Amino acid sequence: MLGYTLKRLIHFIPVVIGITVITFLVMHLSPGKPTDAVTDMNAKITQEAKLRLAALYGLDRPWYVQYFNWIKRLSALDFGNSFKDGRPAIKKILERLPATLLLNFLSLGLILAVALPIGIYSAIRHRTFFDKAMTVFVFIGFSMPTFWLALLLMILFGLKMGLLPISGLHSLNYAEMNLLGKTIDLARHLALPVLITGFTGLAGLSRYSRSSMLEVIKQDYIKTAYAKGLPESAVILKHAARNALLPVVTILGLSLPSMIGGGFIFETIFAYPGMGRLGYEAIMSRDYPVIMAVGTIAAVLTLLGNLLADLTYTWADPRIRYK
Amino acid sequence: MIKRAFNALKENRLVFYGLTVIAVLFLLALLSQVLSPYGTFEQNLGSRLNPPSLKHLLGTDDLGRDVFSRMLYGIRISLSVGFVAVGISVLIGTLLGMISGFFGGKIDTVIMRLVDIMLCFPSFFLILIVIAFLEPNIYNVMVVIGLTSWPGLTRLVRAEVLSLKEREFIQAARLLGISNFRIFFIHLLPNVVSPILVAATLGVGDAILTESGLSFLGLGVQPPVPSWGQMLTAGKEYIYVAWWLSLFPGLAILFTVLAFNLLGEGLRDILDPRLLKRKT
Repeated sequence: MLGYTLKRLIHFIPVVIGITVITFLVMHLSPGKPTDAVTDMNAKITQEAKLRLAALYGLDRPWYVQYFNWIKRLSALDFGNSFKDGRPAIKKILERLPATLLLNFLSLGLILAVALPIGIYSAIRHRTFFDKAMTVFVFIGFSMPTFWLALLLMILFGLKMGLLPISGLHSLNYAEMNLLGKTIDLARHLALPVLITGFTGLAGLSRYSRSSMLEVIKQDYIKTAYAKGLPESAVILKHAARNALLPVVTILGLSLPSMIGGGFIFETIFAYPGMGRLGYEAIMSRDYPVIMAVGTIAAVLTLLGNLLADLTYTWADPRIRYK
Repeated sequence: MIKRAFNALKENRLVFYGLTVIAVLFLLALLSQVLSPYGTFEQNLGSRLNPPSLKHLLGTDDLGRDVFSRMLYGIRISLSVGFVAVGISVLIGTLLGMISGFFGGKIDTVIMRLVDIMLCFPSFFLILIVIAFLEPNIYNVMVVIGLTSWPGLTRLVRAEVLSLKEREFIQAARLLGISNFRIFFIHLLPNVVSPILVAATLGVGDAILTESGLSFLGLGVQPPVPSWGQMLTAGKEYIYVAWWLSLFPGLAILFTVLAFNLLGEGLRDILDPRLLKRKT
């Protein structure tokens, strides 16, 4: 296990370097310069002043020199300062990260709590009405333009019924509430974003756990368990589900990038104070340091998530450890 | 073989529903100029925000444009984005995956590492960056979606080639001294077509969803050219007075993507060799 972990960690390094190269190249190859936002607005600026400004940020050097300078600062977690308000990009992200992590963890929890029972029940009641209804739900889940669903739910619950707030994370009078009030307020603000963020994953995971369960309950040892007179609940939960749901861990890891990616739309729609909205706003205002920081950190977070999923899987299932 | 596949096609309800919807969409797209009761860009400020009626089947928008006519045009946008983007990603994914699986060694390591790296990025963010810095228009959207969606396919094709490589007919071809080039295109390629077909069909749906998301954020197809996602954004402002502006384009996206997903899943059932064996 330790050897495997070490191997995975060594594999980690080239991928992180690759992430920084891609982020840098994407930004570098994009038309326009970071200083354009300043210079284009100023009609009186001379060519000389433009060059001086470019030299100030090192933009006159070849791209690989710029890359290595960026990496050098990166290794000290210095992503540069935001063009918008001059504050360090990393600080802006760290402020937003907890909200994004909270949203994603809650969504993962919702996915697990709902999708696994659906998957298991669909499998043991294969081809019944419930199974068929769930299959329809899964297909709709895969095909749903989630931003549109978000819009409809906001209208329905937020405006028509007035049940839930439709933007932000706190109410205006949040500071004056007691602990219980604060929790309820937070939950009400989180309900729709969590549901929307988890929606596609919900469909995917219930499908996956269903087919995984279907494979397992065909096995001989399940028949044996039934034959020796164990009650169905024990067979399903103790013998079948344990084996069938192990690979689910990996699938959860793989769904991370799409969840973080979805954040760029959903956080914007719900005016949610997370990293996704920060990234979207940075793109719209061409805030280079913040864009690069969000890209790098989102990718590294995904990588860590996948690593964690793989390690958990290996830890839980000794069969694959020695391959 | 072909007859059996055709019968399976007829019997499979997923494929049937999926294909029917897609065929209807293609027809509507082809005939959109004929079928449109009004011009796509024709404004009529006298009839702004009219609810659905016999005169305007799906109502009119804030500039008095006929929603039905604009949605017909939107089919063209969605289908072209879906097919072109998937075409690009299939081309890259198949080539890289086959090279990676067939030649192995250093080349395989490099390509697979690249796939790992690409899969770490939330692709939507990469697409957002590139589109925002290039000019947002339909061509850039197609190309960028295509250029970011190949890594999954590369992995799939590589795995397929790895297992094919060990099979007798490839071994035999090698022993006969057939060139790598011939083995690659004549013997391997036809055998990886079915998984690619399934992945590509599902990919069309994903590309359409991505395009509508981009257009919803104002970074996709630019007005006045109608795309369903962009019609949703425009309609959002009038959601209280004109529900039809927010309902119909969303339903159109949902059902189009659903059709491609049904077709893809159905094809998977039909083309899965394990299932074929069981039936014969």
